[in-house]
Amino acid sequence: MKHYEVEILDAKTKDKLCFLDKVGNIFTFIFTLYPQWYPARQSIRLDPKGKSLKDEDVLQHLPVGTTATFYFRDLGAQISWVTVFLTEYAGPLLIYLMFYFRVPFIYAPKYDFTTSKHWVVHLACMCHSFHYVKRLLETLFVHRFSHGTMPLRNIFKNCTYYWGFAAWMAYYINHPLYTPPIYGEQQIRLALIVFLFCQIGNFSIHIALRNLRPPGSKTRKIPYPTKNPFTWIFLLVSCPNYTYELGSWLGFTLMTQCLPVAAFTLVGFIQMTVWAKGKHRSYLKEFRDYPTLRSPILPFIL
Amino acid sequence: MSAPAMGTSKTAHSDSSNKKKKGPGTLATAYLVIYNVVMTAGWLVIAVGLVRAYLARGSYHGLYYSIEKPLKFFQTGALLEILHCAVGIVPSSVVLTGFQVMSRVFLTWAVTHSVREVQSEDSVLLFVVAWTVTEIIRYSFYTFSLLNHLPYLIKWARYTFFIVLYPMGVAGELLTIYAALPYVQKTGLYSITLPNKYNFSFDYHTFLILVMVSYIPLFPQLYFHMMRQRKKVLGHVEEYSKVE
Repeated sequence: MKHYEVEILDAKTKDKLCFLDKVGNIFTFIFTLYPQWYPARQSIRLDPKGKSLKDEDVLQHLPVGTTATFYFRDLGAQISWVTVFLTEYAGPLLIYLMFYFRVPFIYAPKYDFTTSKHWVVHLACMCHSFHYVKRLLETLFVHRFSHGTMPLRNIFKNCTYYWGFAAWMAYYINHPLYTPPIYGEQQIRLALIVFLFCQIGNFSIHIALRNLRPPGSKTRKIPYPTKNPFTWIFLLVSCPNYTYELGSWLGFTLMTQCLPVAAFTLVGFIQMTVWAKGKHRSYLKEFRDYPTLRSPILPFIL
Repeated sequence: MSAPAMGTSKTAHSDSSNKKKKGPGTLATAYLVIYNVVMTAGWLVIAVGLVRAYLARGSYHGLYYSIEKPLKFFQTGALLEILHCAVGIVPSSVVLTGFQVMSRVFLTWAVTHSVREVQSEDSVLLFVVAWTVTEIIRYSFYTFSLLNHLPYLIKWARYTFFIVLYPMGVAGELLTIYAALPYVQKTGLYSITLPNKYNFSFDYHTFLILVMVSYIPLFPQLYFHMMRQRKKVLGHVEEYSKVE
């Protein structure tokens, strides 16, 4: 059995300067040679077009012969996932509230700092704010991220999306000329039930996924239904967090009867479907015994 | 940003010589040849229509009306090109092609057709001529490429005429949109105001202004992309004895 370790000793004193047995050590080594390339933005692979090696990959286990050639790629400036999530979620929370409180220069001056006369508008504000507070707290305390970082340009793209849509929706819902839902209280009540149900569902899934993974680890396991009924949807769907998210926004659309909200729901649904299909595919690839009844995002349909 | 709809499909139809890609199958190739021949013919009809109308009237004014129908027909027909990309018989980006074709269709229907008062503007002639010359060259380029017999002249024309035609077309388009603005504002065309049960509003006048503004970042990018393509495609011409 091959045995690879690289030791770099000081020639004079024979002190051990550097010891490489994991890919992560190579990242550190390159970083000392090229300080502009911190480890998070390094990608090392065995094939120029191949998959990146991971931090914890052991050199000894790599499929190489007596000499190993690694290919390096700079992934560009990186930013942590937590930072991106916090920024992209804090925006909508604050922006929506600005419209809700009718801060000056948005609507006609006579409406500055007034509040809507429709109670559904107050309810919508509470729901929207609750949703983003929940997301922020989950980012801080619930989610266990596989990757530490993502490319820096993503934060601009993501924030434009979230903040832009939040402003667009909030403008109409909090507008002095807002028209409440046609079917009134019945429609709003149903919408609220759907919204809350899906918020709880989404949270349950996040907790279930967190519990699959011990703290600090990056293991991947097949998620299964737990004692919590909201997780029983795992029987039919690979990514029920997205399913519940769609449900929440459908609820919010029904509650506000606002076309921009419907548009936001649609765009979000399309994106989440793309993600769900990708996730579903990787589950199938990684696990031989992956349950065949499951669909990516919508039971039996999609 | 559509004046000459050239070159967004930068690898289309084997115009960059050293690509050893598998092209579309024989049936698809036959279909595409027919499509491109028909489109070439269509834009030739428009060209001839313009010339004849000019000779008959003796002025540049109001030539739009003489070619209105074929223009609408053939420009709208270009929507098929999005389908070609989506299905994969043409190796271009669906998004890029979609954007290009939609902007042409937008100008044809949502501006020129919808705002009658601009139809007699000279700016319309400016972009119609730019589009016509561009499309005749572009579609014949594709036809010859598919048949693996591309005359250098056509290749040269495709990557050279845009230098003048592109700015000419953009100028025509911008002037036309600008001319439409007062009428759109006055009539509230395609606009929705509050209150309404969908809690949505849309001001077409503002939208048109935003479209005009979007030319500022987009036009230079597309123009310089074509310039780079030109250098790449025509730059090494002395190295090849045969064009392909």
